Amino acid sequence: MADFNVSSRVNGDVCIIDVQGYLDAHTAPLLENEFNKLIDKGIYKVVVNFSNLDYISSAGLGVFMAYVETMREKNGDIKFSNLKKEVYSIFDLLGFPVLYEFFKDEEEAVKKFG
Amino acid sequence: MKTGKQDIIKNEYTIPASTDSLKDVREIIETACAKYKISKKTVYEITLAVDEACTNIIKHAYHNSSDKQINISLTVSEKLFEIKLTDTGEHFDPSKIPNPDIRESQKQKKGGGLGVFLMKKIMDEVKYKTIGNKNELTLIKKLM
Repeated sequence: MADFNVSSRVNGDVCIIDVQGYLDAHTAPLLENEFNKLIDKGIYKVVVNFSNLDYISSAGLGVFMAYVETMREKNGDIKFSNLKKEVYSIFDLLGFPVLYEFFKDEEEAVKKFG
Repeated sequence: MKTGKQDIIKNEYTIPASTDSLKDVREIIETACAKYKISKKTVYEITLAVDEACTNIIKHAYHNSSDKQINISLTVSEKLFEIKLTDTGEHFDPSKIPNPDIRESQKQKKGGGLGVFLMKKIMDEVKYKTIGNKNELTLIKKLM
């Protein structure tokens, strides 16, 4: 199995990015590519579903920091759902919960876009 | 479990300075920690701190030249986790790196600068010194 996989799907007018495995400095460029593809298509409402993500390092967190402003400028956002406890604790350690919305499940995050 | 000198793990490794090696670094840490009763959360955090340290060496000391190497010297006991990372790249002193301002970085659409902060936040001690052309970074976490 690959160390990391990323894919996108549509839920209403929101795009869901599914991340799986280990997101580190080696694999973060794959996530950047995914965000670039969405921006090229004019999609700015994004929920990242973390249910299959086992590990994240600062390189992964940095991708969200680099793209969230672009999404918000276009009335979109990046919201997070289904994080495992250990993964959430890293976001928490850095103070991300003040700056991003986290949800227990994907549907809740999608609904928040209204 | 009885403790004593025989229960101390001491290992040395040399890895290529490439982000492709990060998965091997994580495996080294997880394998060593698995021999002790260390909580899943602590193992996760230590693994992350070492990943961040190696990533910084790869990117900032060696500027992604993957023909370079990082030497790892690992000592783990029931009480202490200690790892020493040595490289011959550009000097990179983590204590000189300011704490990140995530809100400001986001405005500037920048993603970096979090690794050193995480390393310092997770570990009990982060020590850096230069010996000749070598950089030596030591990370210590008390386990009990």
